[in-house]
Amino acid sequence: MSLSPDEASRFAELLNRHAEPVVARWTELVTAGLRGRLSSAELRRQTADLQHAFQQALAAGATDLGDEAAAELRAQLSELSNGRARQGFSATETAISIYAFKEATLEALGDQSDVAALKEYLAFSSFVDRAALFTFDTYVRVRESIIADQTEQLLELSTPVVKLWEGVVAVPLVGTLDSARAQVVMERLLQTLVDTSSPYAIIDITGVPAVDTQVAQHILKTVVAARLMGADCIISGIRPQIAQTIVALGIEFGDIATKASLADALRHVIGRQKRTER
Amino acid sequence: MSDDSQRLPVTTDQDVVRVRQLVRTVAVAVKLSLVDQTKIVTAASELARNTLVYGGGGEVEVSRVQNDRRAGIRIVFADQGPGIIDLELALTDGYTTGGGLGLGLSGARRLVDEFEIDTEPGKGTTITIVKWCR
Repeated sequence: MSLSPDEASRFAELLNRHAEPVVARWTELVTAGLRGRLSSAELRRQTADLQHAFQQALAAGATDLGDEAAAELRAQLSELSNGRARQGFSATETAISIYAFKEATLEALGDQSDVAALKEYLAFSSFVDRAALFTFDTYVRVRESIIADQTEQLLELSTPVVKLWEGVVAVPLVGTLDSARAQVVMERLLQTLVDTSSPYAIIDITGVPAVDTQVAQHILKTVVAARLMGADCIISGIRPQIAQTIVALGIEFGDIATKASLADALRHVIGRQKRTER
Repeated sequence: MSDDSQRLPVTTDQDVVRVRQLVRTVAVAVKLSLVDQTKIVTAASELARNTLVYGGGGEVEVSRVQNDRRAGIRIVFADQGPGIIDLELALTDGYTTGGGLGLGLSGARRLVDEFEIDTEPGKGTTITIVKWCR
């Protein structure tokens, strides 16, 4: 059931005439729904803007939310759900902000109990429903982009390269080492080797729960790349269960130095540095 | 012989991580030693990745098993991929068609107590592994 152009203009006129009470009632309903997590002054501004956008869209003859005339309204709705998603409100709380508009408008209609008015209101109601669903869609999209951003940030966060000693950098690996992370680790490590002109790098795998062939291959490639740049790599943090698993799998680390703990690796490197100084 | 078994699809890299987490949880629940936990998790990781990379995705079923004396964990990896044409060659250390180390399948066999592979070219591959508590 969609609005006819005639009905749209009548609702626009109604919203214009009752602007004050509709906005006031709407703000009241939304405030109750959000339980005081946004100030009522801010909500009042938002609902007033939205009410105006609805009124303008209907006055311009919008019969569907997808219409050209409703472009400004869609922009407003996007902005609202964008804000709500980033402020941590739920999708329901966001959609309810729009649904409340129906109740506020119904009260403005007053006591008209004829069938025509009911029909009109139903058409108007489905228009608002679509607006609410639109905010829902936007909300989900914004949330997804937030998650994608966070995944990216996590990737960066979880792969720090630290300077441990003069000429020694370390990469403490924590968690799952998939191809994407392995790539980030390698790039970071190689760049840090250049930046600090360190001849030694320690890759610590204490925080890696399981070393399978893929993880091993990533580590081996990183070591080879570091060697190409003239740096020596030591792998540390090999716990007993990891050592046994690596042996059973048949992975060979060749002539790459491996140590049980980061402290052992550092001692090993410092010992080598002293020897070369002599 | 098996009670609560859990199934997981394997269609993305994230699914491999999920399989690993599930296997670890079950391995802890059946009280495998830390070394055996790590071994079965690593074997599951290898085989789940094979299911994904070579089998084109499939399904993994993890269950607790019990025989007369011991408890254990059984994992079944099934795909409807191209199957393995030369099984003996595929089980050779260092043989790979996918640019890996060539140790996944052969290594996984050494990490578990029972290893059964059922494959037919063009029909897919099913691998069943079991690890018993010591």
